[in-house]
Amino acid sequence: MSGRLEIDDLHVRFGRAHILQGVSLTLGNKPLSLVGRNGMGKSTLCHAIMGMVGTHSGQIRLDDQDLVGLNPNRVARKGIALVPQGRRMFPSLSVHEHLTLVARKGDVPWTIERVYETFPRLAERRRNGGNQLSGGEQQMLAISRALLMNPRIVIMDEPSEGLAPVIVDHLVETLKQIAAEGMGVFLVEQNMRVATAVSDTVAVMVTGRIATTMASQALMDDAEAQRRYLGVSHGH
Amino acid sequence: MSLQYALTVTLNGLTLAALYFIVASGFSLIFGLMRTVNMAHGSLYLIGAYVGFAVFDPLYMNDATYSYAWYIAILAGIAAAAIVGIVMQVAFLGWMQGQELRQALVTIGISIIVADQLLANFGGSPFQFFAPDILFGPMEIPFVGRYSTFRVFQIGVAVAVGVGLWLLLNKTRLGIMVRAGVDDRQMLAACGINVPLIAVFVFGLGAALAGFGGVIGATAQPTQLGIDVKFLLTSLVVVIVGGMGSIPGTAIGAILIGVTEQWGQALLPTYSVILTFVIMVAVLAVRPQGIMGRPD
Repeated sequence: MSGRLEIDDLHVRFGRAHILQGVSLTLGNKPLSLVGRNGMGKSTLCHAIMGMVGTHSGQIRLDDQDLVGLNPNRVARKGIALVPQGRRMFPSLSVHEHLTLVARKGDVPWTIERVYETFPRLAERRRNGGNQLSGGEQQMLAISRALLMNPRIVIMDEPSEGLAPVIVDHLVETLKQIAAEGMGVFLVEQNMRVATAVSDTVAVMVTGRIATTMASQALMDDAEAQRRYLGVSHGH
Repeated sequence: MSLQYALTVTLNGLTLAALYFIVASGFSLIFGLMRTVNMAHGSLYLIGAYVGFAVFDPLYMNDATYSYAWYIAILAGIAAAAIVGIVMQVAFLGWMQGQELRQALVTIGISIIVADQLLANFGGSPFQFFAPDILFGPMEIPFVGRYSTFRVFQIGVAVAVGVGLWLLLNKTRLGIMVRAGVDDRQMLAACGINVPLIAVFVFGLGAALAGFGGVIGATAQPTQLGIDVKFLLTSLVVVIVGGMGSIPGTAIGAILIGVTEQWGQALLPTYSVILTFVIMVAVLAVRPQGIMGRPD
């Protein structure tokens, strides 16, 4: 069961740098992707939602519960899980320990057994350390770590970064499947192809603001918008 | 030099190492794992010894209770040190996480206050616990002859503490949380885990081990004020030599330092004080992360 995440006029400053300059977004039942160039504040937004950075003003609500000012562990308990940029494995823990760390008891959709069924590669490597895995395996583990918290919303920060194309295709299928089961998916991507494949709607971030929200297909078809917002052109 | 002499000196070294291990394993949790600078670790040792003795003395003087006075003293010493440690973490050290200089200064301040308070309330005379009857007196050891039963028991206690800590850190979910927190506190919090609470638990456990060591150490030999500095310094050396946060490393470091100290006193009494630092310098020169430490 997904929740409704509403962000309203959110500002974040680091010292004199004004990173988020009034972000407003709503994530409902359907997956939403956020695209934008490097340094536009996408990761800061993820961290602000999780309570990992302090906010200056604005609101973050999950089903009308205020999340601003909560510690990350409280935000996580409210039902938001993060797959962070760079994956942030725990080098001291084995694959299996990563999973037992977050697994919840009781009647929940995601269990360790189901993770191993979904990602057989992780079962094979269950005794390996978190940083002995390939990039793709680490990403599977980072996603599993989030899924095992059985969140209502999962935030993925640049999950396709550094992965081989064939692994990225597998990732897209996994994300679609997660969303189809009713979990809220907020996908932050630089890879427009991944973003538009996972969600029907794409928000575009430019220097700390949401510049526009448009249909994925419309962004795919609009070379001028791609060049302007993402700096990509199909010429080369 | 006779075989008996060599074995006795070595055994003295190992039993001293056992005491060092109990105290330094607590320091290893606090400083090695949580990276909290705690210059009051020796004070926690003293608090364990003094509070334990305050509980022990009246019980021991009473015929009805003397047989279990020592066990109660152990519990009292552990509880007192753990409570003081938890208060230190909650009131001061928790919110200055990562600020090493500030933590060092605050804990040095606490150690001065604790030393003066102990002097004011308990006086400056040395004291010693009487071990329970089953551990009291000498026992026969092949090739060594008569040797203090309690000091042999100390080795058993250290092994039990080491195995217990290893199991806690490697085989329990709590241990997984502790290790994950060492790697990435913020990410651990984002996994829904209350990291400050884990830190309080670890600090309390480390302090409890210091208090436990205090009662054990004050049973093996007379204890008085001032010994806190020695145990703080030894714990630092043991943890640095063995490797930050590694329980097997702490055991190796404790054995190396304990045995060296005893052999140093036997062979080079004048220079024995500096031998442990020679070992520390040598280890740091060859392996800066310590014998079992992970490179940063």
